[in-house]
Amino acid sequence: MSRASAPRSPRAAIVGVAESDLGYTPDKTVLQLQAQAARAALEDAGFSFDEVDALFCAGNWSWSPTLTLAEYLGLRPRYSDSTNIGGSSFEAHIEHAVAAIEAGLIEVALIVYGSTQRSDRSRGRISPTYRLTEQFEGPFGLPTPVGAYALAAMRHMHQFGTTSEQLAEVAVATRKWAMLNEKAMMRDPITIQDVLASRWIAEPLHLLDCCLVTDGGGAVVLASAQRARQARKPPVWVLGHGEAHTHATIANMPDLAVHQAAIASGRAAFAMAGLRPEEIDVVEIYDSFTITVIMTLEALGFCQLGEGGAFVSGQRTAPGGPFPMNTNGGGLSYCHPGMYGIFLLIEATRQLRGECGPRQVPGARLALAHGTGGVLSSAATVLLGKD
Amino acid sequence: MSEEPTYALPQSDSESAPYWEGIQQGELRIQFCTACRRHVFYPRMLCPHCHSDQLIWVTASGRGIIYSYTVVHRAFGPFAAEAPFIIAIVELEEGVRLMTRLINTPRERVRIGAPVQVTFDRVSGRPALPFFRLAE
Repeated sequence: MSRASAPRSPRAAIVGVAESDLGYTPDKTVLQLQAQAARAALEDAGFSFDEVDALFCAGNWSWSPTLTLAEYLGLRPRYSDSTNIGGSSFEAHIEHAVAAIEAGLIEVALIVYGSTQRSDRSRGRISPTYRLTEQFEGPFGLPTPVGAYALAAMRHMHQFGTTSEQLAEVAVATRKWAMLNEKAMMRDPITIQDVLASRWIAEPLHLLDCCLVTDGGGAVVLASAQRARQARKPPVWVLGHGEAHTHATIANMPDLAVHQAAIASGRAAFAMAGLRPEEIDVVEIYDSFTITVIMTLEALGFCQLGEGGAFVSGQRTAPGGPFPMNTNGGGLSYCHPGMYGIFLLIEATRQLRGECGPRQVPGARLALAHGTGGVLSSAATVLLGKD
Repeated sequence: MSEEPTYALPQSDSESAPYWEGIQQGELRIQFCTACRRHVFYPRMLCPHCHSDQLIWVTASGRGIIYSYTVVHRAFGPFAAEAPFIIAIVELEEGVRLMTRLINTPRERVRIGAPVQVTFDRVSGRPALPFFRLAE
């Protein structure tokens, strides 16, 4: 791949990251989780709440989450963005925040997420009526999002010969990373046979092909280059970013075997950074389901279309393997509070800082965080690097 | 549970009413763009291909192929008791895709590319929907 343009000097950096309590948190509201994460991320940056001039969040717990959260946190932001394109929203927030920094509108952005979906048992709740575009899919009873990803997986298998064993490789390798992360929910080792023997959810996806359902929150502080130099820790520079979406309902996905939104977001991010996929040291890829990872690896150019199954085979993405991926244990084994994208940024940042202890990828200098949202609907890619 | 499962109803609106009226009458209606001469589903005010508003209603043949499918083993709400069931995305002869459920279809005969035919068999307690079955 030729370099589309010379890389620009980075304009913004991640300077603070943190999680809230994770797992099952029935004693905390969605606002408390976000306050916890926001305070910890600002402490990590060495910044105060008073220095925040932009607030980004996404969630379905309020009709206007930035209004509610800013009031709760005692913030009066002069820039507000509650873009919600599903689990990739937070990678998109990075893009939007960098653009606002480049435009000179803001200097310090706080990106926050929280969810109490496990305590609420809200997943899978059936709406009273199917309105607007939902009326053509909802009445058939497909459980979403898992059923939609199952439809994509079945098509991917048909078109490219991808196997259930190859999907299982992703779950097994990710679990090995989770065993190295004390914050991960699921830390018992599993085998490919365990994945294949776990119960069907929606064929061809088994239970262990699916992400967890947890509570939890996270926060990221992004600062202009000038302000980043004043942070407590070395800046993690945003080298490139891109976002795209192609559809909202699964029947309208242009090609169920190809993650076209990720092709677009990845191309934009790599071109901006002047980097190629093979130069990246550690990748954090949204793993709502095992198929999501395989389709994303193909779309981002880590392998050819249709070769994702072979690419992950032989535990190549596990600790010690040639392609370190989802090093916190991912949505499959670490946590997944509804929209997981914020945790991809947190882990990529920690890997570049060298803060990951037993799961640290030695010498990591370039990282990729890629979010996928909806039913393979949206994608946002962020490339990060350290000095 | 003593309660009968209650199914959420698709909420017909001014744009989708011809579609749902067709279902009641045993017809699968889709739109056709007279500007770019492509079929459109679901119904819209503007053609998603050329953005013309010259869309008319036509009756689809009801024939197509299975583009993808899944056997759902774990479903939510009133659908939970129906599992396992087969959801498919069908590509109609007219070129559009839609979600449906395959009924009266043995699991082992379901494959991507298999020809299917719309059927308006009513399922007790359910709103009328365009289901599909394998073509004869």
